[in-house]
Amino acid sequence: MTAPFYVSPEQWYQDKAEYARKGIARGKPIVALDFEHGIVLLAENRSAGLRKLAEIYDRIGFAAVGKFDEYENLRKGGVRYADMRGYSFSREDVAAAGLANEYSTALGNIFTREMKPFEVELLVCEVGDEKNTYYRILFDGSIFDQANFVSIGGDREKIERILKEDWKPNMPLGDAVQLGIRALQRGNERGTEGSGKLGYDGLEIALLDRRRQARRFKRLRGDEIDKLLG
Amino acid sequence: MIFGYTYRGSSFFELLKTDCPQMLPDFSSVDTGKVELVHGTTVLALVYQDGALMAGDRLATEGYQVATRDIEKVYKIDDTCCMAIAGAAGPAIEMMRMFRLELEHFEKLDGHELTFEGKANRLSFLIRQNLPAAMQGLVVVPIFAGFDHQKERGRIYKFDVTGGRYAELDYYGTGSGGKDARSSLKKSFRHEGLTRADAIEAAVEALMDAADEDRGTGGFDLARGIYPTCKTITTEGVEDVPEKELVRAYEKVIERRTGL
Repeated sequence: MTAPFYVSPEQWYQDKAEYARKGIARGKPIVALDFEHGIVLLAENRSAGLRKLAEIYDRIGFAAVGKFDEYENLRKGGVRYADMRGYSFSREDVAAAGLANEYSTALGNIFTREMKPFEVELLVCEVGDEKNTYYRILFDGSIFDQANFVSIGGDREKIERILKEDWKPNMPLGDAVQLGIRALQRGNERGTEGSGKLGYDGLEIALLDRRRQARRFKRLRGDEIDKLLG
Repeated sequence: MIFGYTYRGSSFFELLKTDCPQMLPDFSSVDTGKVELVHGTTVLALVYQDGALMAGDRLATEGYQVATRDIEKVYKIDDTCCMAIAGAAGPAIEMMRMFRLELEHFEKLDGHELTFEGKANRLSFLIRQNLPAAMQGLVVVPIFAGFDHQKERGRIYKFDVTGGRYAELDYYGTGSGGKDARSSLKKSFRHEGLTRADAIEAAVEALMDAADEDRGTGGFDLARGIYPTCKTITTEGVEDVPEKELVRAYEKVIERRTGL
């Protein structure tokens, strides 16, 4: 009989983390930033049917990079969690902090217990009357909260550097979208369409607009994006 | 709880039924012989050239008593439709909440809205779920109206206690004064050229007729400033008809009838 292999826990977790990071780095980045009336989310996405930005609840948005089936499951779980909570308490009792916590717990459990970790990075954001909140949740359940802007996926640090330089409070929507696109382009060194230019048709844009009633999430249609960018 | 649910589909009602059955509203054990229930009275809907219009009086009764003078019976469900409730107010409002959430939940999970037909079907399913309570006397029979973006016109559905769904009506009224409202609408409704102002006037007149004939239906309460609820559903979405316009229509009807 052969002796069982021994792998130190350190090595085991390192391998898993490396595996997950590799998967996530392949995903195209997503940015979200404050504009004068709320939050604008941008993703490079050529598919009209498979979406990366989504509505969870009245004030809460969701974005993810990585493996589609994994983040889609997490998104659906989030909608069920939020709707259930809103039904049993009140709509105002559903908050991003609680949801981000749930995601962190779920991803942390999967990372420690399962053979294969989830290859996803999540963004949960909430538009407030004055201040917005952003939570970034990693494959191992670690969670970070950020203010004003955030990016997830590959080249995150480079993208956030651009946002840090040029983001200003109370930006009009058009300016915020332009900045978001610039950040996505600069971050994506591989470039798209040969020239490194990001075509508007490959963009998915959504807003959490605090001026809207009840459900603040709004997906911008192609013609609305065209109008916005002239 | 993100992964804690066994139900995997897109219906919120089914999610509750499978994973949290204790949270489901259940009125089947209410003995209506022992308790006096709050009842909503007259609601109506009609289609007109821009879409559909829904209206209801504001009175809720508890037996022979007034329960509430300013209850809402016409509810916006989403940007394309409204639901008006008559009958036992408690279960009806609960059903409205569930219906609203059912449509929102589906839209969020599947990424697109249900068709108008699909929405009406979901409501009919919820009414059927209430059948045991309806047999105890807690009858909920809503009207469902809205703008069908595929057919590009206003549409109305009525229902019976068993969830039976009857479509393609030009106008309809239900509740204790429903019959009177229907008789009134029958005279004022026409297929061609019914403008928004005409539709408002027809609805106001029908509610006035219902309040005239039915004890349970509230009229225009000018002293307290309580007016009927009236909503239009068009391509623009759901809008409340301002009180000023309702009062103007009310005065016009009085003027026409008394010759003053």
